[in-house]
Amino acid sequence: MTVLNKRIAVEDAIADLKDEATVMFGGFGGVGSPPSFISAILKKGVKNLTVICNDAGFPGIGIGPLIVNNRVRRLIASHIGSNPVAGKQMTDGFLAVEFSPQGTLAERIRAGGTGLGGILTDIGIDNDMVRQGKKIVSLNGRAYLAEEALSAEYAFIYGKTADEFGNIIYDKTARNMNPLMAMAADRTFAEVERIVPLGELDEEEIVTPGVFVEGVAETEGVNWKWVWES
Amino acid sequence: MGLGVIERERIAKRAAREIKSGMIVNLGIGIPSLVPNFLDPGTSVMIQSENGLLGIGESPEKGREDENLCNAAGWPVTVVKGASYFDSALSFGMIRKGAIDVTILGSLQVSQSGDLANWIVPGKKVPGMGGAMELAQKAKKVIVVMSHTDKNGAPKLVADCTLPLTAKGCVDMVITEKAVITIDSGGFVLKELMNEEDLDDVLRLTDGKVRIELPLS
Repeated sequence: MTVLNKRIAVEDAIADLKDEATVMFGGFGGVGSPPSFISAILKKGVKNLTVICNDAGFPGIGIGPLIVNNRVRRLIASHIGSNPVAGKQMTDGFLAVEFSPQGTLAERIRAGGTGLGGILTDIGIDNDMVRQGKKIVSLNGRAYLAEEALSAEYAFIYGKTADEFGNIIYDKTARNMNPLMAMAADRTFAEVERIVPLGELDEEEIVTPGVFVEGVAETEGVNWKWVWES
Repeated sequence: MGLGVIERERIAKRAAREIKSGMIVNLGIGIPSLVPNFLDPGTSVMIQSENGLLGIGESPEKGREDENLCNAAGWPVTVVKGASYFDSALSFGMIRKGAIDVTILGSLQVSQSGDLANWIVPGKKVPGMGGAMELAQKAKKVIVVMSHTDKNGAPKLVADCTLPLTAKGCVDMVITEKAVITIDSGGFVLKELMNEEDLDDVLRLTDGKVRIELPLS
């Protein structure tokens, strides 16, 4: 059973979010990260989060502020180079970082969202750090790493338009990990520019079917300055 | 050693000659991002960006940027006719499948067997691999553009990489401010000297086995 009107206020969406939660955030260098959810979560004060995101954002952009404000203790990402604070916290031992090659990270999230246990890939098979602790599976004479699926309690994603059922379309390169994460969490909330009544989205264009989405909130837009603006 | 604007552009210009019409190309950040400026007019390619775009166009004019239309380094771009958007799983699906004809990347070291080390300096810089492993392992041709030596003057073309590897045996060609070097089963092959560099200098600053196949001038 599901409701057909999933409009929700940002604060209500995060009402049950607790310390220690595992949370996915969409976005690539902050592009396609959900700014209103991120600032509400900062304000709420939850800490010791495990975060799954493509990257660590920039210090003031994307999920960067959650890291800068010491809310994240564990990060699963492909890259943290654009956020020096994440690098420092990692060196100091405050932030545990698990690196996954970007495409592997994407497929692990997709697997988590589509009922699979994991994926087989040869990416990183020659790399000690990537290979470490993973099973090597031989299939048709070729060797692959077994990479575990990723899922989370929450996913906070960003889209362009949603209808009231939670069907979502995205905006250009702000799509990135968002549709994958939408599927991979127990509770997915989307922040969008516009929420429209049922029937207004072209069914052929919908990227994320509403079945994966618990609530949709209207975005207040980014509250940061992009690197290219300064 | 840090490169000046002229040297960076010279490297980018030479790399641009490796790109032919019809190719699907992925460009890293830094010098690789300069390459499109030097393509011959009439060279028609589709540039892929791993954050979910095939068909990058020119940089937008100031004031016409779209914050949701950026390259993998986070800088605003435009799109060409025929471009498409997709999620990260599909983006790397096309990379792993081998749909990228050429990728041009920066690097810290390249070995004579084509090993690439460009993602980590232990104890110093730990940025993470991003999408570099997929591109290095799966692009049909991997071209490295980098300075010939590091900031201490030590060779970056080496017999064996001392830095952790991104991927083994993947590099096909290296373009530096001093030389164009390809890699085959016998090691480095010196194909061109850049900007009338001295042959002995280039050899002195290159570790590992080097075979010389310079064009007769």
